[in-house]
Amino acid sequence: MSQSMKQLLAALAAGTLFGFGLGLSQMVDPAKVTNFLDILGSWDPSLAFVMAGGLMVNALVTPLILKRKRPLLAEFFRLPTKVEIDNRIIIGGILFGIGWGLAGYCPGPMIASLSFADSDIITVVIAFVVGTFAARWVLARRSL
Amino acid sequence: MTIINFTPVPALLGGALIGLSAAFLLLAKGRVAGISGIAGGIIYPESRADISWRIVFILGLILGGFIYQWSGFGVGVQHIAAVVDKPVLIVAGLLVGIGTQIGTGCTSGHGICGLARRSPRSLVATLCFMGSAIVTVYVVRHLMGGAA
Repeated sequence: MSQSMKQLLAALAAGTLFGFGLGLSQMVDPAKVTNFLDILGSWDPSLAFVMAGGLMVNALVTPLILKRKRPLLAEFFRLPTKVEIDNRIIIGGILFGIGWGLAGYCPGPMIASLSFADSDIITVVIAFVVGTFAARWVLARRSL
Repeated sequence: MTIINFTPVPALLGGALIGLSAAFLLLAKGRVAGISGIAGGIIYPESRADISWRIVFILGLILGGFIYQWSGFGVGVQHIAAVVDKPVLIVAGLLVGIGTQIGTGCTSGHGICGLARRSPRSLVATLCFMGSAIVTVYVVRHLMGGAA
């Protein structure tokens, strides 16, 4: 099997595992997400355990992986290199949080929920695609 | 504050699978499993050569959601649907798209992968989106009396 075919299979496996995890953890249920965010009302703390589970595994394994010279199927690791805290990270984070709080969909669960083939989900995904395209189009032309 | 519908075990297991997926993508391909970044590279590509693995990952994400529904694990989930009307969904989707691209990441890229690498940028991003999401739900539910 060619290297690029192996890469695609690895990406498919990673995506499938991720999508299944989003289902099992019920991140795909926006009612559960908004109840998680409602810490001063009817609070459902479950989704804190999703982040805890993901972080525990990843924080444990990531340093071991990064000790390698290179990934199994690629030439080098491509990690975010920026370290400084700029306005973009704050403004973007706040805008994303407002959208997440309004409907209970962050990008992963939103896309995995396309498997429910529901017109509401298709609506929110189309809006996400339009917002993503618009922001990247503008960002490619000027820096904030 | 009242605690409702608490399901810590599937949440922890599902989270661990998400962490495993991110670790596997890093080990195999050397890339970070940030969903908004992976999707953004398809929606507005920076390089043609870098698209196919992204498309396959996103298809896997949908396939994984599908397998979950049909595997029997989804039996307890009676009804998964949007909690707001379409106009709100449109505004929310636009904000999630714009915000994640300006802020270079979402719940997965910053909240799981970035924090696991102890990135200060990801910590600030996570605090910003968690904070503004909590405030948004508070305003909609408790100040405006909405149903979100």
